[in-house]
Amino acid sequence: MTTIRFAEGGTTMENQFPIQQLLSPQGVWISDHHKELLTKERTLDFFKHMLRIRTFDRKAISLQRQGRIGTYAPFEGQEASQVGSALALSKADWLFPTYRDHGATMTFGHSLRNILLFWNGRNEGNIPPEGMNIFPPGIPIATQIPHAAGAAFAEKRKGTNNAAIAYFGDGATSEGDFHEGLNFASIFKAPVVFFNQNNQFAISVPISKQMNTKTIAQKGLAYDIPSVRIDGNDVFAVYQYVSEALRRARSGEGPTLIEAVTWRYGAHTTADDPTKYRDQNNSLKVREEIDPLLRVERCMKINDWHDENWVRQMTEEVVQEVDQAVGEMEQFPQPDPSVIFDYVYKEPTLPLVKQKQQLLNLIGGKEHDNLD
Amino acid sequence: MTTSTRKKTVTLLSAITDALSIMLKEDERVLLLGEDIGKNGGVFRATEGLQAAFGEDRVIDTPLSEAGFVGAAIGMAANGLVPVIEIQFLGFIYPAYEQLMTHAVRLRSRTMGHYSAPIVIRAPYGAGVRAPEIHCDSTEAIFTHMPGMKVVCPSNPYDAKGLMIAAIEDPDPVLFLEPMRSYRAVKEDVPEEKYTVEIGKGALLEQGEDVTIITWGAMVPVVRSTVKQLAEDGVTCDVIDLRTLSPIDEDIIAFSVQKTGRTVIVQEAHPSSSVANDILSIINETSFLYQKAPVEKVSGFDTPVPYFSFEDFYLPTPERVREAVLKVMSF
Repeated sequence: MTTIRFAEGGTTMENQFPIQQLLSPQGVWISDHHKELLTKERTLDFFKHMLRIRTFDRKAISLQRQGRIGTYAPFEGQEASQVGSALALSKADWLFPTYRDHGATMTFGHSLRNILLFWNGRNEGNIPPEGMNIFPPGIPIATQIPHAAGAAFAEKRKGTNNAAIAYFGDGATSEGDFHEGLNFASIFKAPVVFFNQNNQFAISVPISKQMNTKTIAQKGLAYDIPSVRIDGNDVFAVYQYVSEALRRARSGEGPTLIEAVTWRYGAHTTADDPTKYRDQNNSLKVREEIDPLLRVERCMKINDWHDENWVRQMTEEVVQEVDQAVGEMEQFPQPDPSVIFDYVYKEPTLPLVKQKQQLLNLIGGKEHDNLD
Repeated sequence: MTTSTRKKTVTLLSAITDALSIMLKEDERVLLLGEDIGKNGGVFRATEGLQAAFGEDRVIDTPLSEAGFVGAAIGMAANGLVPVIEIQFLGFIYPAYEQLMTHAVRLRSRTMGHYSAPIVIRAPYGAGVRAPEIHCDSTEAIFTHMPGMKVVCPSNPYDAKGLMIAAIEDPDPVLFLEPMRSYRAVKEDVPEEKYTVEIGKGALLEQGEDVTIITWGAMVPVVRSTVKQLAEDGVTCDVIDLRTLSPIDEDIIAFSVQKTGRTVIVQEAHPSSSVANDILSIINETSFLYQKAPVEKVSGFDTPVPYFSFEDFYLPTPERVREAVLKVMSF
């Protein structure tokens, strides 16, 4: 069953919201539906995007370890959720990420250099490419959910066909802003997709302690928002269900809640030690079974689409792309102290003018080169 | 103002309604959001008739969800709409604190101007109308402490209309504090047409020689009645209505306190970490050597705003203002 609607007849919420899957962990197409999705071109494209963001993620961890960027939030393990969802979007849609969703933003089209700049403590990193709408990452939990509802509301009001997508984790669904955002979107039928990546841990707290509900999808019931629970490590399922939710949004049917069940292999951030709260050997053990890239690689092999040379070439390509972005980040001009004063208000207030001058006097009155 | 300007007689409350109506008519991006603001016209009737005139798409009853609809308004504003939010009472704004502090006021600086959240948040504030608890807070300092927020607080119908229009046209988030007990207290002739009062500029309401009294909002009438009495005793005062609490008009303060050398600040809020303390700091920075007496503060107390049976003990009264003026005079 692939239509997004309330499941019927289940006795438990887990039965009502079974995890939807299109491609099995063994790489076999298990569904009778959407076979049209399984083309060589799409499969290779998914693989390349997931390889690209994983390459970035590992590089960023290494940069942090070397002191070349600040604290970093890795997403390895969640590549299928981030790539599948971002590729389903249209260029004019709005993306509201958290700090762990730059795999999605870079797949959507954000600049790698800017993402690295953000992780290196630079506001410049929050500026999306020309013509794209990517909000800066939500740092408090769940606050971006009402923003997405509001931006979607505005699109609807303007009479466009555009939608918004809000990313958030399992812990976010405990916050009031999650419920208030869903309620608002439901009342006003805002064209928004609430895309939950349930990676089963909020820093150290497992989902069993985060909530008594067995699913996150069931939380949509309270707001009459059609909801679905999917295998977040199956890039095909993610792509398919997010596409369907976007179609609902664009055709005036309102919001959808998607729970993508996934797993973060590593730490919450580079400042966190996950061995304090869970057995990290488990992440190694489950990798063979659940890894989103291995799954697609197996699919490529089964269908005779796997070509070692192509994989090697793609690997080289993405490594080169990431290295180039690292170079651009590191060659970026030094922070201009004016930046902290010049964008608080459209026109600086008198206290800000004075404070800026005080600082500039103190550091020698020199403004560094400002970059566009 | 030219003599040909047509006037109408309004209260502070209906001046706000008038400003909202003008902006709804003029700019289709403007929309009103809030609890009970539609058919009911708001609990104080500030939006009376506006839904009937402009439709349910422009004047929107929201769910009881301050964080939710302030958050949604941030998304709307970033996407080109101009939301004007009614918070039913300032004491109910706190669920939205996070959305204001972590997003509305810093979206511009986080993105170096790529995105911004030009929302207006209207909130009736203050005690003195025997309202239930939490309906009478004046916690403006929580919001003047937010870098990126502007906070305005009119005391009369003319300023209310002009500041509201200025707030809606302002490119940054504005908290618009409405002195509840002045809503219907006075009527005044104001121009029928659109005009603005500049945000960030105070007004000199009374001119005197001896003492500067700095105040705003609901304390303005209290101060003015005191000043009348004091004049009979031969003490004359400059009365500054600050009108904007962030950013504060430093020039109008410095000009007056350098002339008088004696200052009294009157506010309804709790004295600790308050706007009065910011004014003290401005006097210290701009006019220290002109001072002939320590500045006096007349405030509420560092207690929760009490139940209404006690509110007359809490609120600054003409007697307390008078005592402070005589104290700076006799130093």
